[in-house]
Amino acid sequence: MTPQEPLSLDALTAIDGLLTDEERLIRDTVRRFVRERYLPRAAELFAKEQFAVDLIPEIAAMGLLGASLKGYGCAGMNAVSYGLALAELEYGDSGLRSFVSVQGSLAMYPIWRFGSEEQKNKYLPKMAAAELIGCFGLTEPDAGSDPGSMKTRARLDGDSYVLTGTKMWITSAPICDLAVVWAKVDDGDASSIRGFIVERGTKGFETPTIHGKMSLRASPTGEIVLNEARVPKENVLPGVVGLKGPLSCLTQARFGISWGALGAARACYEAAVAYTRERVQFGKPVAGKQLVQEQIVEMAMDIAKGQILALHYGRLKDAGSITPVQVSFCKKNNVGLALRAARKARGLLGGNGILLDYPVIRHALNLESVYTYEGTDEVHTLILGNALTGHNAF
Amino acid sequence: MKILVALKRVADPDNANKVKIPASGEKIDTTGLEWKPNPFDEYALEAALRLTENGTQPKVRAGEVVVVTFGPKETETTLRAALATGADRAIRVDASDDKLDGDLVARALKALVEKEKPDVVLMGKQAVDGDSNQVGQILAELLDWPMATFAATIREEAGALLVGREVDGGVSTLRVKLPAVVTVDLRIVAPTSVYSTKTPSTHKYNDGVRFAALPAIMAAKKKPLVEVKLADLAPDQALKVSYHGFAAPPARKAGIKVKDVSELVSKLKNEAKVL
Ligand SMILES: Cc1cc2nc3c(=O)[nH]c(=O)nc-3n(C[C@H](O)[C@H](O)[C@H](O)COP(=O)(O)OP(=O)(O)OC[C@H]3O[C@@H](n4cnc5c(N)ncnc54)[C@H](O)[C@@H]3O)c2cc1C
Repeated sequence: MTPQEPLSLDALTAIDGLLTDEERLIRDTVRRFVRERYLPRAAELFAKEQFAVDLIPEIAAMGLLGASLKGYGCAGMNAVSYGLALAELEYGDSGLRSFVSVQGSLAMYPIWRFGSEEQKNKYLPKMAAAELIGCFGLTEPDAGSDPGSMKTRARLDGDSYVLTGTKMWITSAPICDLAVVWAKVDDGDASSIRGFIVERGTKGFETPTIHGKMSLRASPTGEIVLNEARVPKENVLPGVVGLKGPLSCLTQARFGISWGALGAARACYEAAVAYTRERVQFGKPVAGKQLVQEQIVEMAMDIAKGQILALHYGRLKDAGSITPVQVSFCKKNNVGLALRAARKARGLLGGNGILLDYPVIRHALNLESVYTYEGTDEVHTLILGNALTGHNAF
Repeated sequence: MKILVALKRVADPDNANKVKIPASGEKIDTTGLEWKPNPFDEYALEAALRLTENGTQPKVRAGEVVVVTFGPKETETTLRAALATGADRAIRVDASDDKLDGDLVARALKALVEKEKPDVVLMGKQAVDGDSNQVGQILAELLDWPMATFAATIREEAGALLVGREVDGGVSTLRVKLPAVVTVDLRIVAPTSVYSTKTPSTHKYNDGVRFAALPAIMAAKKKPLVEVKLADLAPDQALKVSYHGFAAPPARKAGIKVKDVSELVSKLKNEAKVL
């Protein structure tokens, strides 16, 4: 008997029936974009540690940058559509999705949410059109999970602030035209933290690239070195003071990541199903072996549940009532399941599982970064633990 | 330039093995099928958009593209996707898939063309479900318009289209006076296949069908989409094609492996008897 066509994950969750025509069309359009424009180059970009800079104008033309923001040249799409688009981008590569997340949720969002009308008009339309690339500088060499301990300082001097400090692990820093940098003001503590728009060309602002990453190789990561960088007073984001500024950006980005991770997981899952259906050992395809099926089934169930969770919280976000704790739940759950699925798929492909000819090892390696950035898995456990018990364990 | 593009939805060709035929063999069971626009029709739409713009400024329209499909309410999804991709207006002719054939569709299109008065009707060379390859040709005949089939390139000239068709042994180039019917082949979406008079000949398109911008997808529901009754276009709905039965193609038998060339030659000679 010829084996039946495998059921797709989308069919298993019956997700199409839960989406509007518009949402499906957005998903299918980004899916085709990634398949035609990114996947043929994905392995090479990863191998060569290159970002597909030439695709940036196309990504912008599709309206993917700042897509969930309203006005100022942004697409203004709902959270579910945005999530679906990010999942498709990450089906291509976590680096591709990271670029879009950082531009929209971490660089444009703080300007959109906390910026002055002048700042919004000056930067947002150009950022949506990718005429200006942004990045988000929060993490420092000695301040990761605990951003409140940051050392970067801004000192008011006449009509400008003078910034000094080093930011570390900053996505898109090497290619950015502007950075949203978070710094403590004068000798203040975490409650003095403010956001500054620092433009490329500012004296004392440099962005050396971090080389040798074995993960997210197709995304440029760098430092931001601020050496008495002088920024006009008008470049301070007026709308927020304290840690809640950067943290509210992270809530936006984390929501997107919890969708994005599903895309990476689906890519690994599909590769594993296709491979094990073809690969014959002991006289039959290994997909016909119970131990293999158990892994396929666990992957599919995990991804399907993650999908339903993301959709539920996406609808909640569109209704305006999602909380940061729920976003932590979604990020931890979905990145965790994606990483497990990638590792399972890696094993199911045998030796081929470590070759870049298949997407699996690339996703498995990428997801190690996704596990760590935007709040490590442990940090989200602590956020949830605090909410569920009432005891802060940080 | 005003262009009418006919679009048909077909069962997703990537999932063709989901097509089921009940034991009676009366018809194809369409439950559970995923629908996609016929790829050749998507190419026709891409060609139509290229002919109604300056390729260097694709956001500015320089002409009108009207898309039409025949089918039940759900086929409006196909039309909305076309509107999102750039078509200006859409028409759904309300009809049931199994009560249509190429002749009836062509007769209804003729009536629509007489109302809409496009300069060009652009269509896919065939739909990948029935592979009939008829509607464009019948329509041109009914309208008594010039026709070019299997277009691989189109260049707009004053009052005419210069159409390159890939034929055995080369390219045949036709100059068709407008109005005309043109059906397209897959190479029509190559980077330098289609030029309006506004697009500089140095311009290169991205290979393939363009991607709808996501804001355009959201704006598509504001573009006009009207429903027309089939009876208003074609009072006589008799079909010329009747289907007598459907059967799945026989499963392919496993091949054999040969040791060497001489065994291959001997088998071709003695068993397959092709040498
Ligand atoms: C590829 C990549 C891109 C990035 N892009 C950006 C960017 O664009 N902008 C930006 O600002 N940052 C970015 N980051 C930084 C990222 O957000 C940090 O790496 C992350 O917050 C963790 O900080 P850390 O690396 O200093 O680890 P640490 O905070 O030092 O953590 C080390 C370990 O200790 C654990 N830990 C820490 N505190 C606790 C605690 N209280 N209880 C229990 N366990 C704890 C952590 O979970 C982890 O396992 C990026 C990182 C990577 C890898």
